[in-house]
Parts: sequence; structure tokens; C-alpha cells
Amino acid sequence: MSEVSLETPLTEEQVKSLAAGDKVLLSGTIYTARDVAHSRLVDALEAGEELPFELEGQVIYYAGPCPARPGQVVGSAGPTTSYRMDPFTPQLLESGLRAMIGKGDRDKQVVETMQKTGAVYLGAVGGAAALIAQRIKEAEVIAYADLGTEAIRKLKVEDFPLIVVIDSQGNNLYNRD
Amino acid sequence: MAIHVDQIKEAVAEMCIEANLVLGEDIIQGYKQALERETSSVAQEVLEILLENAEIAKKEQLPICQDTGIAVVFVELGQEAVIEGGDLVTAINEGVAQGYEQGYLRKSVVSNPLQRENTGDNTPAVIHTELVPGAKLKLTVAPKGFGSENMSQIKMLKPTAGAAGVKEVVINTVQEAGANPCPPIIVGVGIGGTFEKAALLAKKSLLRPVGELNNQPQLAELEEELLVEINNLNIGPQGLGGLTTALAVNIASYPTHIAGLPVAVNIGCHVTRHQQRVLS
Repeated sequence: MSEVSLETPLTEEQVKSLAAGDKVLLSGTIYTARDVAHSRLVDALEAGEELPFELEGQVIYYAGPCPARPGQVVGSAGPTTSYRMDPFTPQLLESGLRAMIGKGDRDKQVVETMQKTGAVYLGAVGGAAALIAQRIKEAEVIAYADLGTEAIRKLKVEDFPLIVVIDSQGNNLYNRD
Repeated sequence: MAIHVDQIKEAVAEMCIEANLVLGEDIIQGYKQALERETSSVAQEVLEILLENAEIAKKEQLPICQDTGIAVVFVELGQEAVIEGGDLVTAINEGVAQGYEQGYLRKSVVSNPLQRENTGDNTPAVIHTELVPGAKLKLTVAPKGFGSENMSQIKMLKPTAGAAGVKEVVINTVQEAGANPCPPIIVGVGIGGTFEKAALLAKKSLLRPVGELNNQPQLAELEEELLVEINNLNIGPQGLGGLTTALAVNIASYPTHIAGLPVAVNIGCHVTRHQQRVLS
């Protein structure tokens, strides 16, 4: 287990060097997307439309933040449970998505696709939403504004504390038996 | 003396904010005791993060968790109480709307479960009303996040399944939930009644403070046994392993039919929240 600081976008090489259990401090741009946003992204891919952001090397954070108080960048913003995004994830990985941030286990198809494309699943501490909000320096809605908290936001984060839960070899921190 | 709807609205709004910003002292003590018990560094680190998060939330007036829940409101209305100035349900929903707006809380409610359009003000609340003796109005606001709600289960057991059958349902539910409901969790268990009664008992059990056992010795014993078994599952804080998968198991029971033994398990996350006020 090691501790590494990483800056987005991530290369395949960077991602492949990470092992389950490693601690990561992530900085740079990441994108929020939850259930409906995932469904729309996949619809757009299938229709051959342009996506709201280029997926190559990018990181998606499964999160829907609270509204920002005046003078703040964003409200509390912890991870939501990841399995709900599983049906949509393989297609995003095939299109270049390099990492996902959430909480809870993923299904077999997601893990197999991660191994194939070279991607990593990072865990944030569920419920630590006030603490995580302090690591978010900029937030801007870039797509699907009609979804409110579920819109896609471009976030600039600094030293977002994460742990590698599933690495690109398929090693999974939740399976310890 | 009549109770004016404005009092209700105000109380509900304040409770929505307070519940979401300030973590209960019983849960904080639960984290601290868990921290002393844990031997794994990852588990310790997660618990330290949760304690720090609760401090930041309180100090910066930020919600503890971004999932500020759907507002579940328990109403105990004294049968001699008089409500004036409007109706109770509207007053509660106006209070929720005001609280979620003024507290900068997330609006997580969709108007129709299939069409899924956000209502924009986190209403309607889920309201459970009970008539009780007296002239007071007791309101409990319990915002419920869905990471844990989604991991809840109900089973209609055979009447002869007994305590062993109940245990099996609870353990399986927690095991299947794994890391998803944000452990360390609070496990609410409803035994008996009917299908919907068991679910309501399980939900209400989540209101009992962490560390307080059932006042029926048999059920208290079952709670203690279940807590030990759950914490032996090694799911641990955030599912990353450890001795603390649950902070508490709270059971409530009700008489039931000769042919059945309903068991409902409602999972509460590590920020299981509730606030209570009595108006008169």
C-alpha cells in the first residue's frame, strides 16, 4: 500500500500503477454524474452525439451536491452508492473513462471492463460530505441543468482523499476472504 | 390552548436544518467507542474522518451528508389538541420546504416515481400520524437518506421460524448491503404485526438513541446477540474491514397473526438523524 498524489486527466499508465488499498490524493478536474446523467450519456453515445465532456482520461464522481451557501463554491458533496451506475459504466469505460469515484461494490461486468480498458475505481468516504466539500475549489454545471443536483458538474478538486477499491487488475478491497 | 399551524411549520423547518447539520451525541459517542475498539488502521482512519466531518458540518453549517434525505415525519397528536390556522399536513410540508431552502439542504424528492421530476422543495414529506391521549403535539423529523434505505428488506417468515429465523433475515440483509449503506450502520428491526406494520416498526426503531437497549429483556438480548454477530461479519466502517459494521441493533415488536412472522429490516447509515419537539 502506498500513498500517491495524482493530477487529472489520468493516463492508462498512471492508472495501471495503482493497486487496491493505495491511498490517493486527487487534484484537477473531475465530473459529477449520477443515475439519470449516466442514462443520458449512454443514450448520447448510442446516438453518436457529442458528449458534454470528452471522456478520454477523465474521472467521474458519483455525487449530487447540496446547494452552496452564499460565498461558498459548493455544498456538502459526498459520494453516492455506485452500483446504480453499473449498467451504464462499461460503455463509458470503452469510450475512454479512466476512473470512477463512489462508494460500495461494482458488478462483474464493470470490473471485467475495467481490466480490459485499464481503469480504476476509487472509494471516497460515504457521508464525509462536509469534509469533501472543503477540497472542492470550483464547481460549474456544464450539462443537464434540468436535473438540479443531478446535473453534470465540472469540479476542480485539490487533494481529494480517496482509496483504490478496485484496481485495473480486478483486485477488490471489499473482497477480503 | 390551540396550536397554530405557523408553530408547526416553524418547528418542522428548524428540525430539518438541525437534524442535517448537527450529528446526534449518541452517534458521536458510538464512533468514539468504535475508534477505541478498532485495531485496523483503515477502520480507525475512516472513523476519524467521520468525527472530523461532523465537526466541520457543525462549525461551517454544512450538511453532515449531501443526501439530506426525504423528510420522514412522525406525528403524535393528542386527541384533545386543536390545530388552528390551517391543516396539519400542509403545515408540515411548508415547514419542510422552508427548512430545505433556508438550510441549503439538497432537494432529493421526485414527484412521480416513474417520471421522476424533482419537486424542487423536497416535499412532500412522508408523514405517519398517531392519535394519542392528551392535548399535545409531538413532532419527530427524521430525514432519511437512500443509500441505506435501498438496502432495507422485508420477509414474511413462517410462524415457527422463531428468533433464529429473525436473526437470519437481519444478518443476510446486512451482509447483502455490504459497503453500500455507509457502515457503521444502525439496524432497525420490526417484528410482527402485518406487512406494513413491521416496516413502520423498523423505521421507528431507528429513532431510538444508540446505546439504549429494548426495555423487554428478551428483545434486548436479541439486540445484543445480533450486534455481536453483525460486527463479526468484518464489513467494517465503509466496508473496508473492521470490528464496527453496526453501532446498534434496535428492535421493536407487535402482536401478529397465528400464521405469520413478518420481519422488516430498515438500515440507517452512520448519520441516522432525527429531531423531536413537543408543541402545546
